[in-house]
Amino acid sequence: MEIIRGYPDYMRESIEKVEKTRPHRLKATFEQMSLEERDEILNKYHPDYKPEAKREITFGPSKGQRVPHEVADLIEAYPLVDPDQIDLSQIDYDVDILIIGGGGAGTVAALWAHYSGVPLENIVITTKLRHGDSNSMMAQGGIQAADREGDSPPRHYLDAIGGGHFTNKPELVKALTMDAPKIIKWHEELGVMYDKDAQGTMMELAGGGTSRKRMHSSRDYTGMEIMRTIRDEARNLGVQVLEFSPAVELLLDDEGKAAGALLYNMETNQYYVVKAKATILATGGFGRLHVQGFATTNHYGATADGLVMAYHVGANLIDLDSVQYHPTGAAYPEQIVGLLVTEKVRGLGAQPVNKEGELFVYPLEPRDVEAANLIRECYGRDNGITTPTGMRGVWLDSPMIDDLSGEGTIKKNLAAMVRMFERFGIDMTADPLLVFPTLHYQNGGVEINERAETSVPGLFAGGEVEGGVHGKNRLMGNSLLDYNVFGRRAGICAAEYVKKATIGELSLDHVRKYEETLKNAGIKTDRKAPIILPDYRGKQVLSRALDIF
Amino acid sequence: MVEEPRAKMIKVYIMGKEYEVPEGLTIMKAMEYAGYRFIRGSGCRAGFCGACGTIFRKKGEYKFRTALACQTTIEDGMYLTELPFVPANKAVYSIGELTAAPATIVSLYPEIARCVSCNTCTKACPQDLQVMDFIQAALRGDVEKAAVLSFDCLQCGLCAARCPADIVHYHVAQLARRLYGKYVSPRSPHLEERNKEIEAGKFDEEMDKFTKMDLEELKKSYTERDIEK
Repeated sequence: MEIIRGYPDYMRESIEKVEKTRPHRLKATFEQMSLEERDEILNKYHPDYKPEAKREITFGPSKGQRVPHEVADLIEAYPLVDPDQIDLSQIDYDVDILIIGGGGAGTVAALWAHYSGVPLENIVITTKLRHGDSNSMMAQGGIQAADREGDSPPRHYLDAIGGGHFTNKPELVKALTMDAPKIIKWHEELGVMYDKDAQGTMMELAGGGTSRKRMHSSRDYTGMEIMRTIRDEARNLGVQVLEFSPAVELLLDDEGKAAGALLYNMETNQYYVVKAKATILATGGFGRLHVQGFATTNHYGATADGLVMAYHVGANLIDLDSVQYHPTGAAYPEQIVGLLVTEKVRGLGAQPVNKEGELFVYPLEPRDVEAANLIRECYGRDNGITTPTGMRGVWLDSPMIDDLSGEGTIKKNLAAMVRMFERFGIDMTADPLLVFPTLHYQNGGVEINERAETSVPGLFAGGEVEGGVHGKNRLMGNSLLDYNVFGRRAGICAAEYVKKATIGELSLDHVRKYEETLKNAGIKTDRKAPIILPDYRGKQVLSRALDIF
Repeated sequence: MVEEPRAKMIKVYIMGKEYEVPEGLTIMKAMEYAGYRFIRGSGCRAGFCGACGTIFRKKGEYKFRTALACQTTIEDGMYLTELPFVPANKAVYSIGELTAAPATIVSLYPEIARCVSCNTCTKACPQDLQVMDFIQAALRGDVEKAAVLSFDCLQCGLCAARCPADIVHYHVAQLARRLYGKYVSPRSPHLEERNKEIEAGKFDEEMDKFTKMDLEELKKSYTERDIEK
C-alpha cells in the first residue's frame, strides 16, 4: 500500500471523486430533516437508541433510570476507600467552599465565589491532573450567546430545547441562554481574545441546530483561550489549587449535608480530609469510559468520578441514558482516531460526502441527527471508506472552505486542525478529512436546579457533571456556555449558602450504607469506583504485572 | 486505546531503557504499551493542553529534539523522556490595574531583555510558533504582535526549558494576550447593547411564554422558526 500525500492509494481514488463533485456541491444544499425523519434515523442508527447498550439502575434515588452499562458498572461497584482506614478527626483543610475539579466549571466557580465575598483562604480547588487539564481546554468551535441584532435569548432557548428533543429542564435552559451575553462580556473584561472585526463586532458562525449565527470563537482554540485566561486570573488572585489530588469520596455531616471530601494524593498515596461548608462538583464527564467501545475526544481524566461520588451520597441523576457522539471524529490516520474535528469545519461550509463524492446530509443538523446520518452512510448504505485498520468513515470536504471564503480561510480559522493533520502528513486545505462519530459528551449528569443545587443540601454542581441543561442532546457551543453559566451560579449560590451553613460531625457512614445496599441488592463484583484514571497499559505487560511495591 | 501488536516491532529507549513497541504508535501510546501508566505527562491527549512535552534524540543524530508525546509518532531508536513539569515563575498582576503601554510587559518580565536572539525557543516549539519573534515584540512593547503570534501557544514549557536567557515565554505571552483582549481589541458594541436589553427585561415576556408553553405548541414554534442562511 503506497501512501500518497498522507492517504493510501485506494483512498486517493475516492478523493478524486470528491474533487470532481466539488464545483457543483459548492452551490448545492441538502434538505433538513423533519422531526419525524429525525426520530426515525435516530431510532435506527444512533448508538444511544440501542436498548441492549443500557440497563436500569437497581437501587438508590435514581432507581429505574436506564444508563449505559459502563456507567451502571461504576454505580454497581464497591467504594474505593474503606471508611475504617480513614481518620476524620484530623482535618487537613477547613474551608467554606471545596471545589472538586480544576477545569472550566471549577475555576469559574472559584472566581465567582470570591467575587461574591468568600475570602480566598476559604476556597480550595482540588483536581485530578493539573489546573486546566480538562475538556474545557480542548473545546474548539465556540461558545453560543445571542447577542446580535435579529437574535435573542428566547430564540437561543428554542434552538437548545428543540435540539434536546424538548427534554431539557426549562428553568436551566432559561438560565443558560439569558446569562450567555453576560458571560461573554465578563470574558471580554478578563481579556479573552474573541474573533472580532475592526469595529469590535463579533464574528459569529452557525452551529448544528442553531437558527442564528451566534457561535463566538477564538480561532479553533476557543476552549483553550477561555480556560487559560480564567486560569491566569485565578493564579493572579492566588486561588489555592491542589493538583494530582482527586476527591475519592464526598463527606457528609451528621445531618446529611455535604461537608467536604476525602482527597487522594496520587503521587504520595496520602489522603487528605477537607471539611467544607459547601462542596461544588465540577468533575466533568465520562468520555474515558469508552461507552460502547467508542474512541473519545475527551481528556485523560474524564472517568465519571463525580457521578459515582454523588450517587454514594444519594444525589439524583438525570438524562444519563443520553451520550453525545460528535459527528466528526478523526477516522484516519490511526494515531489520532477519535480526536475531535471541530464542528466549526462544517460551520465554515465543509460538507460531509460519501465515497462517491455525494452530499448525503444537511451539514448542520443537531449533533445526534448528524451522527446518525454518518453511521447510516457507512453501515446502512455501505457508502463509507474503510481504513487500513478496518474502521469506516466518510469525507469531510474541508478544501471547500477556501473555495467558498477565499484562500487562507482554513489556515486562519482552523489552525489547530491544520496543525494536527499536518503532523501526520495530511494537508486539509488540499484534501478532505476522513471522519466518523466519536464519544464526546455526557449529556446528562447530577441533577441541578437553576441555583446549581443538587438534591443533597450543600452540594452544588456545574459543567459537564451536571444534567438537565441539555436534555437528551446538547448543541454545539452550549457546553463552554454551560460551564460558565452554572460554574458561576454554583460559585455565587455556594457563597450565599455558606454565610448561614454550619457543619456538624464529619462522616463516611454513607459509604458503609452504600456497601450494604450493594450487598442487599445481590451485586457481587470486584469492581471498585471511582476509577480515577483509565488504564491503557499493554495487555502483555498487565498479564505479568505484580502488585508488590 | 493501545492496539494489539502489529507486524513490525521497533526499539525505543524510554529514559534509557530499551522496550519493543509496535510501529506507528504515538510516543504516549508507545509508553503505555510498554507498561507506563501516566499520572503526570498525560492531559488532553489531543495536542491542546501541553502536559506531555517530551525531549528526545533520534538514532545516530546529534540533534536534541522536542515534541508533544500525544502528537508525535514513535521512531525506531528514539531515546526519549517526558518532562512532567517545568519550573517557571509567573508574574502576579491585577489585569484591571495595568495598561497596554509599551513598557507594561517588560516591567513585569524584565528578563525578556536578556534575550540573545538565539532562536532556540522557536526551534523547541511543538506548535511551530515564532516564539523568539513574539518575545522580541513583547520587548518592543508591541502587544498586538506578541498576542497574535503567540495565540496558538499550549503553554507546554519546552521553550522555557531550553532558553539560555531563562525567559518564560509562555507566561509572557499570556500577559500579552490578556492586555490585547482587554485593552487593544475594540469592545463589542452589540454585546454591550444586548446586556442592557436583558437587564431592562426586554426578553422576559417572550422567555416566560416559551418556558410555560405546552409541548405541542413548543414543537410548532421550533419547527416553524426561520433559519438564518
